[in-house]
Amino acid sequence: MSTAKDTLEIVNVSRRAFLSAIPAGALVLAVGFPRLAKSSDEAKYGADSMPHGWVDDPLVFVAIASDGTVTITCHRQEMGQGVRTSLPMVVADELEADWTRVRVTQAQGDEARFGNQDTDGSRSVRHFFEPMRRCGAAARTMLEQAAAAQWSVPLAQVAARNHEVVHAPTGRSLGYGAIAAAASRLAVPARDTLRLKTPAKFRYIGKGHVKIVDGPDLVAGRGMYGIDTRLEGLLYAVVARPAVYGGKVVSCDASAALKVPGVVRVVEIPGTPPPSEFQPLGGVAVIATNTWAAIQGRDALKVQWDDGPNRSYDSAAYKATLEAAARNPGQVVRNQGDVAAALRGAARRVQAEYYIPHMTQAPMEPPAATARIVNGRCEVWAAVQAPQATHDRVSKRLGLSADRVRVNVTLLGGGFGRKSKPDYAVEAALLSQAMDGRPVKVTWTREDDVQHSYYHTVSVEHLEAGLDAAGKPVAWLHRSAAPSIRSIFGPDPKHEQPFELGMGLVNVPFDIPNLRIENPEAAAHTRIGWYRSVSNIPHAFAIQSFVAELAAAAGRDPKDYLLELIGPSRRIDPRKLADSSNYSESPVLYPFDTGRLRRVIETAAKQAAWGRALPAGHGLGIAAHYSFVSYAAAVVEVGVSGKGEIAIPRVDIAFDCGAQVNPERVRSQLEGACVMGLGNALLSEITFKAGRVEQSNFHNYQVARMNVAPREIRLHLIPGDFGMPLGGVGEPGVPPIAPALCNAIFVATGKRIRRLPIADQLAT
Amino acid sequence: MSTTLNVNGKSTTVDVPEDTRLLWTLRDVLGMTGTKFGCGMALCGACTFHLDGVAARACVTPIAATVGKKITTIEAIADDPVGRRVQTAWLELGVPQCGYCQSGQIMAATALLKQNPRPTDADIDAAMNGNICRCGTYTRIRAAIKSAAAEGDA
Repeated sequence: MSTAKDTLEIVNVSRRAFLSAIPAGALVLAVGFPRLAKSSDEAKYGADSMPHGWVDDPLVFVAIASDGTVTITCHRQEMGQGVRTSLPMVVADELEADWTRVRVTQAQGDEARFGNQDTDGSRSVRHFFEPMRRCGAAARTMLEQAAAAQWSVPLAQVAARNHEVVHAPTGRSLGYGAIAAAASRLAVPARDTLRLKTPAKFRYIGKGHVKIVDGPDLVAGRGMYGIDTRLEGLLYAVVARPAVYGGKVVSCDASAALKVPGVVRVVEIPGTPPPSEFQPLGGVAVIATNTWAAIQGRDALKVQWDDGPNRSYDSAAYKATLEAAARNPGQVVRNQGDVAAALRGAARRVQAEYYIPHMTQAPMEPPAATARIVNGRCEVWAAVQAPQATHDRVSKRLGLSADRVRVNVTLLGGGFGRKSKPDYAVEAALLSQAMDGRPVKVTWTREDDVQHSYYHTVSVEHLEAGLDAAGKPVAWLHRSAAPSIRSIFGPDPKHEQPFELGMGLVNVPFDIPNLRIENPEAAAHTRIGWYRSVSNIPHAFAIQSFVAELAAAAGRDPKDYLLELIGPSRRIDPRKLADSSNYSESPVLYPFDTGRLRRVIETAAKQAAWGRALPAGHGLGIAAHYSFVSYAAAVVEVGVSGKGEIAIPRVDIAFDCGAQVNPERVRSQLEGACVMGLGNALLSEITFKAGRVEQSNFHNYQVARMNVAPREIRLHLIPGDFGMPLGGVGEPGVPPIAPALCNAIFVATGKRIRRLPIADQLAT
Repeated sequence: MSTTLNVNGKSTTVDVPEDTRLLWTLRDVLGMTGTKFGCGMALCGACTFHLDGVAARACVTPIAATVGKKITTIEAIADDPVGRRVQTAWLELGVPQCGYCQSGQIMAATALLKQNPRPTDADIDAAMNGNICRCGTYTRIRAAIKSAAAEGDA
């Protein structure tokens, strides 16, 4: 392996010289603006719509040492989705690099340099596949040019092949290490001159044989997460935070805490009144020479709190509030035909209400961050999904200019949306400041994580349908009442926002003439935040359960009935479904393709041998959902014992995300999504009493353990075309799981689950 | 307040109160961060280590309880042939996602296989149910344990 010292950047000419060599238009492109000149008011989609867009400059992402070691920078955060393997693999493939000679380094938070780094929304590979291909192709071209120049032969006679450039007529070759320095003196080729590989020539992309780059470290305990940061003179902190969102410290007696051996200092962190965005909740920090001492010190604090305006938040009472809201007309978010008239004229009416509770992400690594301030410069080490947001918040809160803050990203021990909110990194920065710049690590205990999170929203989904004499729906009314994530950023809108409505609520693709979707008011009383798959969880649970309820009412097979509701294959402009969001993707490139939705349903059903004979007490359930511009369907087999104990022998999942860049990690993501979806359905619930979270740790906030995992998860990936836009992978596997499970339970037992989690609802 | 521990075959003296949990002693005092914090209440298994060869939870184990006993952590599990087989199976089957819980999973799986070289599905579920993986790698963990067990037969 090369050391940093002997690593030559592939282009080590100055940035200015590099930029001056390319046309003015491309100069703008290289710092991440849209690839086509667009007027400023034109809608932007995909990576172009994200802050700082994308960068495809090999200068930024690739370095080749004289020994041939290729170092590729990954600018997206690793949290288990495999991005530190998948994106560098794309660069390496186009670069014709030998994967065994590639190493991966992690970018610091700097979007102006790397392009958007906000790792959520199932976007990393979807948005950076093409830029990373161009990045690799540009570097490959420069190596070819350098070799051709050295041999004084036409460029057309040379080709890069597996870490060397070969001159075909003579068979001569030069290794990448030997020509890296010469290549580094060349200008980066213009984007429109790049030759990308044809998919038939891919070595790694789409193959699935590349092992994750961090594997050997992870199995040996060498993976470095945010919580593992070690620095000279490091102090360790835990924070007592207000139990109620918006609460604050009235007084604090720290005398006993300061007597705990190892406790160094007690520091108050000012809170931010709601909406507190990504700012700390405030409270009292205990800083010590080790985490255990800090925890003991915190236990000894005597803090008096003012609970503030959310002191009466009670989730049981709030369920009733949401139900009342959902039983009355609300803001209309999509309307076609005349639902009221069609319901009146229907041969039969069916109505159901579903409840999906708050949940918390509970990544196995709780939030943790370290900060140090030296000579007016703050350096942060943190497990964060959004390093640029972290950088911005730390810089603003400390009053330091942007260039005086550096955010280093560690591995994330899970994220699931929790680590998109860097409040804990701001805490670390404030505590380092309070300790005159000494390095301080803030660790959230599991209790902190469970009780002070940004929670998955809570919702009541009210559905009504009118069926004709043949059992086919002629009217569909859906009211969804759920607090919005937007409430943490500004005045509470009390309504789901376009990005939430577009998560499977308004864009229901059913071929029903009279359809109305309403969004009654729902106020937030805690921090609401992204949780893997977000609003798709309640929307898909309600809709896919209700379809099965209608099928049962009509005496029809639920799979056939679902396909019939979707209707014929067609590509629908999302805007025609009142979806202005569509995961910020172009409605032209990413229409809602009901043919693809039908195909995953048909594939899952076929592969699961839908209709197969099952033991007594077993049932099959099906559900499908479009999210993150991908299509997923699941068939769950459940067995319910006489005592109501649930076992899941097998799940079949069909998935269409377009072409799969790293099919092996697509599979692992779907397996994980299946298990998390089952945990959501069976176990996980956060409740509030007097504004406080009632759960505290994994004994009362339960998540899926091995006994919940299906004995077998069978995955059926729909082949895709690398010429077509890619879909998301990390999240879309979750939404169909809970409704498929509950539909299976209905078949097995005749009991319809309308409230999650299932918990002991089947106990007899 | 100094206490002498035997960690991975080495005698080490630490100067913290003897009720300090082994987890934080390893991580913050000895700088061995392979053993992970997940819950602090022996509920999740992220901190699983071996105490005289038996799986235990470092987050609830005061260092006083380890005196005179052998502490083995993930950092040294490759020295054990069973541990090595488990690590190899983990890599072959691509078990880790975020990887955070996997130190504990590997320690629990190694302890299981040392005690029961050919575990049934039920044995595996029972032994591993205390180890939470939020990424949901359970089906691969089961397969990897079986693979490591089969390698042991070879």
